[in-house]
This record gives sequence, structure tokens and C-alpha cells, in this order.
Amino acid sequence: MLGYFIRRLLAAIPVMLVVALSVFLLLRLSPGDPAVIIAGDMASAEQVASIRAALGLDQPIYTQFFIWIGNMLQGDFGTSLISQTSVLSMITQRLEPTISLAIAAIVFTVLISVPLGVIAAWRQGSWIDNLVMSISVVGFSVPVFVIGYVLIQVFAIELGWLPVQGYRSLENGVGEFARRLVLPALTLSSVYIALIARMTRASMLEVLKEDYIRTARAKGLGERLILFRHALRNAGVPILTVIGTGFALMVSGVVVTESVFNIPGLGRLIVDAVLARDYPVIQALILLTAGLYVVINLLIDLSYAITDPRIRY
Amino acid sequence: MHTTPLAGFTKKALLTAIGTVSALSFTAQAETTVNAVMHSALRALDPVSSSATIARNHGYMIYDTLIGLDADLNPQPQMADWDISDDGLTYTFTLREGLTWHDGTPVTAADCIASLERWASFDPGGTLILDHLESLEALDDHRFELTLSTPLGDVIGLMSKPSAMAAFMMPEDVASIAPGQPLPNQIGSGPFRFVADEYQPGVKVVYERFDEYEPRDEAPSGTAGSKEVFVDRVEWVHMPDMQTTVNAINSGDIDYIERTPFDLLPLLEHNPEITADVLDPLGMLTLARTNFLHPPFDDARIRRAALLAISQEDVMAALVGDPRFYQTCASVFGCGTQLSSESGGESLTNGGSLDEARALLEEAGYDQRPIVLLQPSDVATLTPQPMVVAQALRNAGFNVELRQMDWQTLVSQRASRDASADGGWDMIFTNFGVDSTWSPSINPLLIATGLEGSWFGWPTDPEMEELRTEFALAQSEEQRKAMADAVQRHAMEQTTLIPLGQFQNVTSWRQELSDIVEGPVPVFWGMRKAD
Repeated sequence: MLGYFIRRLLAAIPVMLVVALSVFLLLRLSPGDPAVIIAGDMASAEQVASIRAALGLDQPIYTQFFIWIGNMLQGDFGTSLISQTSVLSMITQRLEPTISLAIAAIVFTVLISVPLGVIAAWRQGSWIDNLVMSISVVGFSVPVFVIGYVLIQVFAIELGWLPVQGYRSLENGVGEFARRLVLPALTLSSVYIALIARMTRASMLEVLKEDYIRTARAKGLGERLILFRHALRNAGVPILTVIGTGFALMVSGVVVTESVFNIPGLGRLIVDAVLARDYPVIQALILLTAGLYVVINLLIDLSYAITDPRIRY
Repeated sequence: MHTTPLAGFTKKALLTAIGTVSALSFTAQAETTVNAVMHSALRALDPVSSSATIARNHGYMIYDTLIGLDADLNPQPQMADWDISDDGLTYTFTLREGLTWHDGTPVTAADCIASLERWASFDPGGTLILDHLESLEALDDHRFELTLSTPLGDVIGLMSKPSAMAAFMMPEDVASIAPGQPLPNQIGSGPFRFVADEYQPGVKVVYERFDEYEPRDEAPSGTAGSKEVFVDRVEWVHMPDMQTTVNAINSGDIDYIERTPFDLLPLLEHNPEITADVLDPLGMLTLARTNFLHPPFDDARIRRAALLAISQEDVMAALVGDPRFYQTCASVFGCGTQLSSESGGESLTNGGSLDEARALLEEAGYDQRPIVLLQPSDVATLTPQPMVVAQALRNAGFNVELRQMDWQTLVSQRASRDASADGGWDMIFTNFGVDSTWSPSINPLLIATGLEGSWFGWPTDPEMEELRTEFALAQSEEQRKAMADAVQRHAMEQTTLIPLGQFQNVTSWRQELSDIVEGPVPVFWGMRKAD
């Protein structure tokens, strides 16, 4: 297992290098000049040139790339071109809201979608199955921001149970932290609930046809035991895969939910950075996201061994 | 002890994980905090080098100006009083007593001289003064003297203007840094202090009342008079989604929205706890600019044909819709100011003149080459104008290509001096506060010095420069008014720019707020908040 873990970590190095090179080149080739954006309306050509030189953007691209990689290897993520603050501090400020939101959303997703999928498979063709599949279609089809607005209108504005927007850190109290996460986490999880409920149903339907399930029933085991101990555990590998990649997708695709609920997370940071052509911030965030995918994929692979004893590394 | 951000985050995560942080932590809560959503997020903190309006607003929070501008647009002493010599060449400024920087050190004449020099290197009005400057010297710690080589008519007006790149005073060591370098700190002498620890670029800016600030005795008016602060903190929170912002003020999460989107106003106007009103009656001028460097708009007749094709009413109906908040205005200075003149722009406010436009195009021999209009897709106050104008130009016989892109791509592309076929452009659109356009000296679009010094479009027009200089040298109000009218007529003949109308932003605030100061700058002094 340890050897496999180390091999996978080493294999991540060329992946990260390719990502770094790709994002660096793509940004340099895309339209938009940060020096012009920073210089403002009334800057002369000389002022723009002096800003470009001060930012190091007048250097050849390969020089810029090696300076950046060299700094990254020393833990220096650089300074934002626009706000002149440390990229690392910007990311750490935004990491907590996004990770909190993604964890809350994945918890909602698992708690809601897995039981729904199991029940739908168990009662295939019944009204429960049809209802779960209908909810799933709605979750897939309705845009996330519409779901967010509807939840705000019902639970925050009409009923007044939850706040309409904003994020509070855990430092300000667990209650307020949780209250402000409920609606955005539900919003963010809607599409994943739909996806994983369908995945769970499909996976369970296959397993429920297996001989050992028939044997279990013949032995007189209860349905709950058959469903959740025997069937779900064997159907778990593909479900775990989707949950894991879903978490990574949430972190990298959280921007709409963050905007609708005014959560200052990584999604908004990367959109702001892209719009402002803030190269160091974009580069660091894309590398971070790529790293996250590598780590999550590794964790998913390792978790297979836990759910399925036949898998060994 | 120095800690890295990562180490700080790890520590925070650890504390939160054991679930005791809420009991252990204590954040000092101010008695009164105003939570405001401004029109844009603050990311660049230098209000002198940045032309962003939000940076200007930030500047008025933490910095002060030598001269303020009252609600009637008259300059008034703020940090300093002044005397002008009989020959109009020497201005002596005397700083008032009790001015200190946020670090407790006194404001001196040397600080103000360095600040004025820095401001003049960025701002067109400041550059005008610099062009006629003989000397700028300290007489002692509290007095300094500005001497001109030729008498200018509006030095005090230029120093008081609350446009982007206003003349903010900074400590000498801050004002002396090289262009392009970030400010080393945010120490000013204004009524609020910048709370650096709580600043999150693009998310939140926090200001605290500067208790040592010595306000003037006069009542607050515009950016002049008393700047006494009656709240403990002001937080500018950026919300990217305007529907969320409206929900937040309705629910009481925030107190103030600087610019309420026109289409969401009905959601606020029915709420008796919220007031939605215009605080800056002058508002903003929206306008189009052609590229003077390349055909077809290097020909004044074709530029004029474009102007004649446009009806401002069509543009403003699409942009604003609610006639309470816009008016047609053909003045290049904006309407409602002392220098306003609409001479030569009558067609704009009378529904356009398509026949004249077509005739002029024919006379000029327009060859049907495509003209490229740049349209931002992500700025609500700039998206409709290109669409309406494109159709008007097509109606007149222009071959129009509308190019859509995000705002920052457009900002980069509009700096291109190439022909539109090679990645440049033929027409762009922008909005300026009337506080930035109201005279020939400060309106950046009237500068006609070609590639050096002109705003995008780069007109070269010696006659315009002569008129602007005559305006700057005019000594009486009558002379200034006459010269401004001449500039207006010439600008319309040459179509230096195309005014598309004027609109007012609507500010919304909850009933807990009172005594909000009106004027072109959203300010937070004078404001009170009930419990």
C-alpha cells in the first residue's frame, strides 16, 4: 500500500508540471494585458511600459516561466498584480469558506442521495422510484442559481428561518456558521444529489440481481440488512468514485453558488482573477485545483480497498 | 513574531476543529457599523494613480484634500485656506491647525507639495497646472506657495474636483514613491482609518473612525465642510450578484447600496424601511468615442454622420428605462453645471437626423468598410449603448460589426492603436461622472494632442487645444462660459465625442441611516445610524 501511495505521488509530479506549463502559456496567449488594465484610462505609453517592466511582464515568456516555477518551488506563490497582496494569503483567506461549503454539500449529498438511490432500486418501478427519478431530473435540469434563488425566497425571505446571504467563519460560533451554510450547501448539492441518486440506483439494481442477494433472502435475512450491508457495500465502488470526483468538482465549480449567496470563496477569487488577468492568482489557483484532483483521486483509489476487500495495492 | 499565512490557516483550522474557538475568540464589536455595498469591489488602493471610481471613493474615506467642493460645486477650504496674488500667478496655501496623519505625525507643507507633484503627474488637470508651473515651495511647516508662469483661471477648481484621481494629500514618504510601485501603507489624514488586517481584496474593506480627526466647523456639503464621523465602522462588502444585494438590504443584512440596478428598484420601492433616492443629481454622462487614427473615422464628416444618426432617447430608454433617472443632454460637459452648453448637438436630443447623416456619408464617399464597435458583455451600464448605436448607424448606411467581449478584454483592446481590421476598433463606449467632464480643463475626452496625452481614440486637433488653453487662461466667469461654449461647438463639429445622454444613480439605504451627505462622491461622514 505504501509503495503504491509513493508511486502515485511521484506520478503526480509530471502531471503538475504539464498543468503549470499549460496554464502559463494559455494565459500569456489569451487577450488582455494586465499592465494596461492596471495603468488605467489616462496612462501614457511610457507609464504602461514602466508598469509592465515593474511586473516583469517585459521579460521573455520562458524567463517568466522559470522565475515563476523557481519561486513556486520555494513556496513563493507571488504577489497579485492587481491588489499587490500575497497570493498565498489571498488563497488561504478564501480556502475556508469554499472547503466548508464543499464539505457541507457533500454531507448533504451523501445523506440524501444514497438512501434515495437505494430505496428507488429496492422499489424499482413503484411510485417511490418514479418520484426519486423525477427529483433527479429536476436536480439535473434546473440551473443552480435558480435553485438558490428559490431556496432563498422560501426559507430566508418568506419563512425567515435562515439568512439570505453571507458566510461566517467557525470562529464566530458554530450556530451562525451552520445557519449560513445550509442554503448554499443544499443549492450546491442539488445536482450531485441527482447524479449520485441515479448512480446508486443503477449500481444497486445490478447488485440486487446477483446470486448472493438471492441467497441472503433465502436465508431469511431482513431487507434492511440485505440492502445496506450486502448490496450497498458491493455497489459502493462506483458511488465512491462519483462522490470523490464530485467533491473536487464542487471546489472548482462553486462560483455560481458563492455569487448567489455572497460567499467569499475560491470560486469568486478565480473568476475575479481571470477577469482582471491577474496571472499569479490564476496560476496558483489552477495548480491548487489540479493538486486537489490528484489527491482526491488517490484517496478514492485507496478507499476502494476499504469497501472492497478483494482490491489490494 | 512573524507567521506565514499558511501557518496561520493551519492554526485556525486546528482551533476550529476542536470546536472551542467560538467560546475563546472575541472580536471587538463596534457600537455602530454601516454595512455598505458599493458599485464595485476595491482591489487597487492607490486613488491617485488609479482612474477607478471606487479607488476615488476609497481615497475620500482615508485621505483629505486641500480644497473641498460643496454641493453647489463651489470650492471651499478643507485642509487649507488660500490667497491668490493680484497678478493671478502666486497661490499661497495655509494648512489649518490640528491636521495629523493616522500615525499621529503632523501634516506638513512638505507632505502636501509631494502629494501635489504626484497627483499632477497622473491627472490631466494637474498636468495643466504642471505645464504652467514656475515653482512649488514650502514657506514653513504650515504654508507653501505655488507660482505659475502664466495665470490660469481655474487652479482652485482643478485642485478641488472630486473626479477620479482627485488631489489627495499623502505623507511625503508615500507620495514620493516611483510610479508603478504600490503604496507602502494606507496612512492618510482623512476622517476614517483603513483597517489593513481586515482588508480582503475584492471582498471586504473596513474603515474605522479616526478619533483624532479635527473636522471643520461648517456643515457638511459635498466634499467640503465638516467631515465629522458619527459611526464607529464602515464596511464595504462586495456582492457580485445584485439580486443577492437587494435581498440583503431588504432583510437588514446591509444598510446601504451605492448604485441600485434600475430593473431591481421595484423590489425596494415597496419596502417602507428603505429609501431609494438620487444623491448625486449630476450623475453620469454616457458617451461614444470614435477612433481618429484610421478610416473611416479619421474623416470629420463621417464622424459627424455617426453623431447625426443617433437619437439619445433611444439609447437612454434602453440603458435606464425609467425616465425619472435620465435625461437627454448634448453637452460634452454634462448638463446641470455652470458651463453646460448643448450647441451643435441638437440632433442628438431631437431624435437624430438620418437624412443629414446619409447625405454626409455620401458626400464623404464612405466605402462601406466595416466599422467595429466594442461591446462589453459584463457591465450592465455599458452593454445596451453599443447595440442601440449599432442599429442607428446601420439605419444611416454604415456597415457595422458589433464585437462582444468581457470588460477587461475590452480595456486591453481599446488601447490598441491598430486599424479595426488588425485587431483595433472604430467606436467604443464609456460612462464618466459629470464631476469628471464638467469643464474643458478636466474632461479627458477633450484632450486632442494625438498619441501623447489624449484619451483612447487619440484625436489630434490643434484648434481644440487652443480653445482649451484659452479656457484655462480665462479670468472671468463670462469669458470662461464663452470659451466653454466655443469648445462645445467645436467638439460637435469635429465630433470629438458623441454624448449619448445623462443618468443618475439611485442609492438605497435602510431607515436606520440618516443625515446622508449628498454630492458626487458617496461619503460616510455626517451619516448617523440608529440602534
